[in-house]
Amino acid sequence: MKNIAFGQYYPAHSPLHAMDARMKVILSVLYIVAAFLCKNVLAFGALLVSAAVLLILSRIPARIVLRSLRPLFFIMLFTAVLNLFFATGTSVLVSFWRITIYVEGVYSAVFMLVRIIVLIFGTSIFLTYTTTPIALTDAIESLLSPLRLIRFPAHEFAMMMSIALRFIPTLMEETSKIMNAQKARGVDFSSGGLVKRAKALVPILIPLIVSSVRRADELAMAMECRCYRGGKGRTKMKVSHLRIGDFAALACMIAFGATLLYLNHRGIGYTM
Amino acid sequence: MMKEPFIHTKDLCYSYSDENGLQQPVLRGITLDIAKGEYVAILGHNGSGKSTLAKLFNMILEPDSGELFVAGQDLTSPTLTEDDFYALRRQVGMVFQNPDNQLVATIVEDDVAFGPENLGVPSAEIRARVDAALATVGMTSYARHEPHRLSGGQKQRVAIAGILAMEPNCIILDEATAMLDPSGRKEVIETVEALNREKGITVLSITHYMNEAARADRVIVIDDGVVIMDGTPREVFADPARLLAAGLDVPQCTSLVHALRAEGVALEGDPVTVEECADLICRALEVI
Repeated sequence: MKNIAFGQYYPAHSPLHAMDARMKVILSVLYIVAAFLCKNVLAFGALLVSAAVLLILSRIPARIVLRSLRPLFFIMLFTAVLNLFFATGTSVLVSFWRITIYVEGVYSAVFMLVRIIVLIFGTSIFLTYTTTPIALTDAIESLLSPLRLIRFPAHEFAMMMSIALRFIPTLMEETSKIMNAQKARGVDFSSGGLVKRAKALVPILIPLIVSSVRRADELAMAMECRCYRGGKGRTKMKVSHLRIGDFAALACMIAFGATLLYLNHRGIGYTM
Repeated sequence: MMKEPFIHTKDLCYSYSDENGLQQPVLRGITLDIAKGEYVAILGHNGSGKSTLAKLFNMILEPDSGELFVAGQDLTSPTLTEDDFYALRRQVGMVFQNPDNQLVATIVEDDVAFGPENLGVPSAEIRARVDAALATVGMTSYARHEPHRLSGGQKQRVAIAGILAMEPNCIILDEATAMLDPSGRKEVIETVEALNREKGITVLSITHYMNEAARADRVIVIDDGVVIMDGTPREVFADPARLLAAGLDVPQCTSLVHALRAEGVALEGDPVTVEECADLICRALEVI
């Protein structure tokens, strides 16, 4: 239980790890936009190449990033199948029973699949694998801080996230303690149907919630004792600075977007 | 006569309302003076009001009546502003019982930086303070660790470092050793004793461990919201009957000496530490 990783951060020394987290958040948003700009084979090809380049730059083993696709396997399959059967077009590929598959359908199924894969690849490389959750939290606070003008609690939001991250392992440990205590009293968690198992969780959840509330109360008092008064007048020990490399990365991303737009007009084959 | 007490209370009272809306008095007139640089243990059984007293000292709770001065500030003054609260809390740091529920950040050094960050200290100075505080509690090599991987004693030392980084004049340990194993307890006690000796930080240790209280300069016993005994550990432990009446034990060595005396063994003095007790018994054996 103690070895649970925060998020899926993969420690390594790479230009992507060294980049400012704020820039990585911006780049991943731009990358998502880029994935939606693609309209034809050339552009999607370039998108796939870019994902490969990101993977190499991040120095993370490919099998680890591929693992992040697994939970979304069914969504990908569903999207591909849907596009394959329901996209209409002009040139019929095969037709049987009441189903007609068009060439356009094959193209759009493949395009959607590539788009989803690249989206997951890009955002997980930028955000989860090369950025620690705490750096990400700070980045979100920093990026959202202009919203303070419209009274959006950017600091409080980031503080909540980081406290949640801090307490994940503590609560995991507590859960296993409570489970053991309940097992010792004869609660059976591992047999019976879905309903029975769900019911068996009640004696775990109630003590867990009660103790979390108590923890929250104590933590709030400890924070007050350490002069916490929200984001007002607060400084930071670790201040991250945007460097030339970060801006160079931004320039590359914009150039990449422009290239995609250009490739969209050099169309060969089907255009979405 | 003590000059300029760091904490001064006179007839301090506090009560809380229970579920039925009735006022339950917790403190019924506490009168105390604690000087700068003292190492004081506050003893009392559960529900004696000792933790409540500590929470009054840094304005977590507000007293109902009586005088309360901390660091020259009148805490019962109606003109206190929020800034005064924070100025006070910077000076009077508090370490709580549960080590898990007082660490805020996911990395040790970030947690130590939390206090000075709240105070608006410039970044470079926070770095210096954090490094110094971690060195003082002997946790420098754990600066980049995650708090949940540390032992209880180490977590409490990190919590102490977090307070030291605010450069306080006083540290209150609110049963800070109650959830620790014996070695963790020793780590924490030795750390605060060194702070008291070397940096002159006033230490208030709220505890029900007699052996910890025996190491303080002064022991204050609270029972049912009033101070019933106040003196050096030697003076306080010399009267085991009153301690037992307050629902407390005496240190094992003290009760051993008292038991031997009751059996007619001639022993001089009132030892409070194990070493003193051993010496005393050895001397008594030589005489025989």
